[in-house]
Amino acid sequence: MREFARLYAELDETTATNRKLDALRRYFSNAAPEDAAWAVYFLAGGKPRQAVPTKLLRQYAVEFAQLDDWLFDECYAAVGDLAETIAHILPAPNRRSTLGLAAWMQERIGPLRGADPETIRAALFSYWDELDWCERFLFVKLIGGAFRVGVSRLLVTRALAQLADADPKLLAQRLMGWTDGSVRPTGAGFLALIAPPSAAEHQRRGGQPYPFFLAHQLQAEPASLGALADWQVEWKYDGIRAQLVRRAGLNYLWSRGEDLITERFPELASLRLPEGTVVDGEILVWNAPAGTPAPFAELQRRIGRKNLSARLLAELPAVLVAYDLLERDGVDLRGLPQCERRALLEQLVQEVAQEALKLSPLVQAPDWDVLAALRAQSRERGVEGFMLKAADARYGVGRTRDVGTWWKWKIDPYSVDAVLVYAQPGSGRRASLYTDYTFAVWDTDGEGERKLVPFAKAYSGLTDAEIAQVDQAIRRSTVEKFGPVRSVRPEMVFEIGFEGIARSSRHKAGIAVRFPRILRRRADKTAEEADTLAALRALLEAP
Amino acid sequence: MSDMVVVRREGLYCVPGDFYIDPWRPVDRAVITHAHGDHARLGNRHYLAAAAGAGVLRARLGEVRLDTLAYGERVVHNGVTISLHPAGHVLGSAQVRMECGGEVWVASGDYKVEADRTCAPFEPVRCDTFITESTFGLPIYRWPDQQEVFDAINQWWRRNAEEGRASVIFAYAFGKAQRVLSGLDPALGPIVCHGAAEPLNRAYRAAGVGLPETRMVTEVAKADLRRALVVAPPSAAGSPWMKRFGDYSDAFASGWMQLRGARRRRSVDRGFVLSDHADWPGLLTAIRASEASRIRVTHGSVGVMVRWLRQCGLDAAGFETEFGDDEATADATGTEGADA
Repeated sequence: MREFARLYAELDETTATNRKLDALRRYFSNAAPEDAAWAVYFLAGGKPRQAVPTKLLRQYAVEFAQLDDWLFDECYAAVGDLAETIAHILPAPNRRSTLGLAAWMQERIGPLRGADPETIRAALFSYWDELDWCERFLFVKLIGGAFRVGVSRLLVTRALAQLADADPKLLAQRLMGWTDGSVRPTGAGFLALIAPPSAAEHQRRGGQPYPFFLAHQLQAEPASLGALADWQVEWKYDGIRAQLVRRAGLNYLWSRGEDLITERFPELASLRLPEGTVVDGEILVWNAPAGTPAPFAELQRRIGRKNLSARLLAELPAVLVAYDLLERDGVDLRGLPQCERRALLEQLVQEVAQEALKLSPLVQAPDWDVLAALRAQSRERGVEGFMLKAADARYGVGRTRDVGTWWKWKIDPYSVDAVLVYAQPGSGRRASLYTDYTFAVWDTDGEGERKLVPFAKAYSGLTDAEIAQVDQAIRRSTVEKFGPVRSVRPEMVFEIGFEGIARSSRHKAGIAVRFPRILRRRADKTAEEADTLAALRALLEAP
Repeated sequence: MSDMVVVRREGLYCVPGDFYIDPWRPVDRAVITHAHGDHARLGNRHYLAAAAGAGVLRARLGEVRLDTLAYGERVVHNGVTISLHPAGHVLGSAQVRMECGGEVWVASGDYKVEADRTCAPFEPVRCDTFITESTFGLPIYRWPDQQEVFDAINQWWRRNAEEGRASVIFAYAFGKAQRVLSGLDPALGPIVCHGAAEPLNRAYRAAGVGLPETRMVTEVAKADLRRALVVAPPSAAGSPWMKRFGDYSDAFASGWMQLRGARRRRSVDRGFVLSDHADWPGLLTAIRASEASRIRVTHGSVGVMVRWLRQCGLDAAGFETEFGDDEATADATGTEGADA
């Protein structure tokens, strides 16, 4: 733990990429393989399940520090991070532990899951007493299962590639599935990760997916991309990006976040595919009568459910809309041009001939103008715009453009002008700054009285300078405080953008919006001039 | 019995003495606890401050009508016996003791309990009512030993120098800059000080505070800058003045650096926890040492301190002042007013 804490501190203490890379390399070359394996797991974004419920963690920390509950709450509001708050309030340790990260994870933290409260309490008191500030912070993070390190996965990949003396792309491939959580990181696994490249690379792959190729947002005019004929155009779906892998007689369904989600989609788990196939596509709930994808909210109902009843499966059938073929007959096709992969994909979908595997249709248009007109139909078709894929593009790794480019040409978001009514401090970099806002629009009640109804929360979209201004304004216009939340005089108007809108019985306003974010501050508008709930509801009807 | 000190529109007001303590609007008579901008303002007709702080006060305010008292020296004004006692915050900082009709009030101004090399150490003063600041009034604020912090700064500097990179440490020009300087190891390389801190360095040296030799950036050869430690005010961050250092590592010295969020918002490489204010245990120690049964809490975590002190059986209440800033905004906006 001490070495991992030192690595964490080093990564945290510099913003320079090279210094981070040095620190990673130093750690990986010196750490015991089993410790390094766990470090890779966390640095690459692995999130273990929470070993101790937050409530207990907080309760025992308060007890250990002999602090009042309300005082802890004040501290937490100032720090904005539970693990950090706990690390700050605990008294100095009496002992020092030399146990490695793997032992901490497997022998100490792992067994806490599901243990009875008394055991957890005794364990925490004992462990806290042998860790210093930074180690305690990490310990609580590791227990809590919500751990992020200030280092990109790309950088971890580069450090490991230097150690293995291999291409970072190969390392990215080997790293696929590391963070899924179904496989425990091991020393042997780490050694395989940094082994020199070998001919048997493919056999080792098991059910792992390929690194996803990601698209860039198109900012320029599409005509600047040259001849339309050089581009493969498809609709951009709003579902779950996924790879369906068929190897060794089994199907593996991987989300773009590298979670194995096969069990959540029995329709796709039972798809009969030829051995050695990897399809890239979008999971969608399909509205068969209309022949269109159902809104994301419907898919969300599927994701949210632990038990998939036959009724739900019948009501909300999922399909994979396939748009790329990455492997056929066990052969990696990512080096082929887009158009050739497309031909092979069409062939595959036709051969498979099952309802749950659909082909993402190509959109044909004579020129960019006609295409732009088609794009205007996106909402009624239940899509978000277009994907433009260079006809000669290879399938790259991540958001790269060295072997070809994918553009997403999205429709403009919906937008309304709304009033800021509640604010709460953010966390991490935004701790103790008011950055989490609740926005409201006007509604008229039965008595004809106009009142503000909250309809969305948004955090992003303002610059640091704007955040500082808004933060000051919130402090000046606070009406009431409820714990960390402040209600403010309704004065500030913002243009709020969002991608979709659906009816919702769980929200006060009766609607739920998707991906709300702040487009800009409307200093030119007074609260009175903000939009109404009726205007929002109208968006439900209109495409 | 009516209160000896109350809050007025102009500032903290001593009723029987008819004078103000650190007023935020111009008044006839002002007793100044220390020379930071939010406590010592221009425009008052008469100033009274600790003799040890006369130099820095003049460096900040220019020529004003200033009377001074040595620490502990007494003067009677309108029947109130006034004396000033070290607050350990910055050079010349003082707590104001007021005695009238057998009752004693002490206004702390800003204070720090741990002694350091740049000013007289905090001296507990017994009183009936203690007016305390509360800048860092939360249990998360517990300062490390300052020598540990200085060692960490020197170690950071040494490593940067070995790798041929300047070390830039941002610190408020008055107080924090000199405190940082006092802990540096001059053997590691040249020490460069931004022009904003130089007049204050001079005042500190004139008052007999030992500081290592500092140089203006123009006096150091370019090659030597790569081994230098640079002390600069936070306002210099991102300014053209910084360009000459090429690839440098930067740090910020402040009590706020205790929180990761604050450091990340500054987006500096290192945050050194070095404060001129009392931490949570320090505040409680000072309050206890005053033996006061009534506590009035000013700027910072007023609500938290008041609630805590009441829970401890003291008669506590808040005083609304214009000192410093709300704790978080001070950091967010980097205003010079709230030196911490």
